[in-house]
Amino acid sequence: MFKAIVNKLNPLQLSCSFHTTACLNEVRLLTRLRVVDNSEIGKRAMSEGKPPRVICVYNKQRVGYIGDRVLVAIKGQKKKGILVGLKQTQKVKVPKFDSNNVVLIDDNGTPLGNRIHVPIPTILRTILKERTHAKGADYTKLLAIATKFV
Amino acid sequence: MSLAIRRTTELIGAAKWFLRRDSRVLSTLPEKVEEPPAELTSKRYRRRFFQNEAILETRHAYPEFLPDPNPNWRNSLREKLERADMLERRSQIDIPEFYVGSVLAVTISDPHAQSKTNRFVGICIERKGCGLRAEFTLRNVVDHQGLEVRYDLYDPTIQSIQVLRLEKRLDDKLFYLRDALPEYSTFSFDMDPEILPEGTPIPVNPVQVKLKPRPWLERWERQELKGVSNIEEHLKEKDRVRRELRKTPWEKYDLMKQYRKTIPIEDQSKIWAEVHNQLQQLQMARKKSARKRTFTTPKTQLG
Repeated sequence: MFKAIVNKLNPLQLSCSFHTTACLNEVRLLTRLRVVDNSEIGKRAMSEGKPPRVICVYNKQRVGYIGDRVLVAIKGQKKKGILVGLKQTQKVKVPKFDSNNVVLIDDNGTPLGNRIHVPIPTILRTILKERTHAKGADYTKLLAIATKFV
Repeated sequence: MSLAIRRTTELIGAAKWFLRRDSRVLSTLPEKVEEPPAELTSKRYRRRFFQNEAILETRHAYPEFLPDPNPNWRNSLREKLERADMLERRSQIDIPEFYVGSVLAVTISDPHAQSKTNRFVGICIERKGCGLRAEFTLRNVVDHQGLEVRYDLYDPTIQSIQVLRLEKRLDDKLFYLRDALPEYSTFSFDMDPEILPEGTPIPVNPVQVKLKPRPWLERWERQELKGVSNIEEHLKEKDRVRRELRKTPWEKYDLMKQYRKTIPIEDQSKIWAEVHNQLQQLQMARKKSARKRTFTTPKTQLG
């Protein structure tokens, strides 16, 4: 109501065409990510200043949460990756990162690089173990190349 | 005759004496004989006043004991039960006094971690919530990656909270550290706790951080921050004009707004009277145990 009154009084100066709430920082279609492993393609993409974009998030909500699998467009190729750190507000005790981090994997869940150079949330250990099924992709290989857990 | 005269003079004298006594008693001027009781009362008042002040000082150290000032969310019974639970938790684990800007180390039991415990060190950038829902946020930069972890203050999985550096900053919230250069929020995990001598006031760190160039996460220039040094460098004329337009200098005179944001002193003194004694006892017990720990004899090594 207050907004309506303000708009009536002063329609030009205080029009509410912009939103002033904080953004959600969600990982969804066409979000730019940061590759944090040392795979050749990832390193090259980051150094050239062309970080990968999300072209699919493999879950029902189509919004990527921690540990979700995403398909990214990187250097003209399609690669799969796992989200290992999000900017979005997290639950209590789960770290919130300053950037949206991704680790590139292939279809079997084997990471393309052999070292992750940023800390990884410990909750990922449980999440990835849950996602891994016998005879399916093994995502826990990602945990083996992590250098530090927080 | 002479006897009668003497008696009357005596009577008059006695009457005069009585009168003088009465007048002295009734007068407001202090008499020499009555000084000690007056001093005593004033001392008592002073003591009570100081006690009250000391009790009210605890509102800075333990802000979560005060309920949310929003009247829709007030419930005196719930608040009372929550306070009892908080004291119960505080008797189990040492929750130290800390402020926004202090550097903390928090150890939690983490079922996801390999060692089943997880320790995080960082600067407290925010404290919010009241009652059992009180929470704080720690920020650190590890391997050039900014990290923030939010903890519930009364979380049962917290094993210990250690204050590594007890100090305040110039602002109430340090969200601008997200846009500042990383060295301002970098703290090593093996930092040694700095011990302040007893009885010193909490130091205020006057450090002013440097912001990275824009884009920023928030419009820091509109928030009247004291802890940022180079905010003007990154502004354009347009931003300065808009900042001027957006200023609300009348808000500090808005008594109702202030009233709605705070708990009145009568309510506060009731709450503090309820919990102050137990908090004091907990603090004393903690000090005693700390002293004991420092004076333990070193174990003799065999062989």
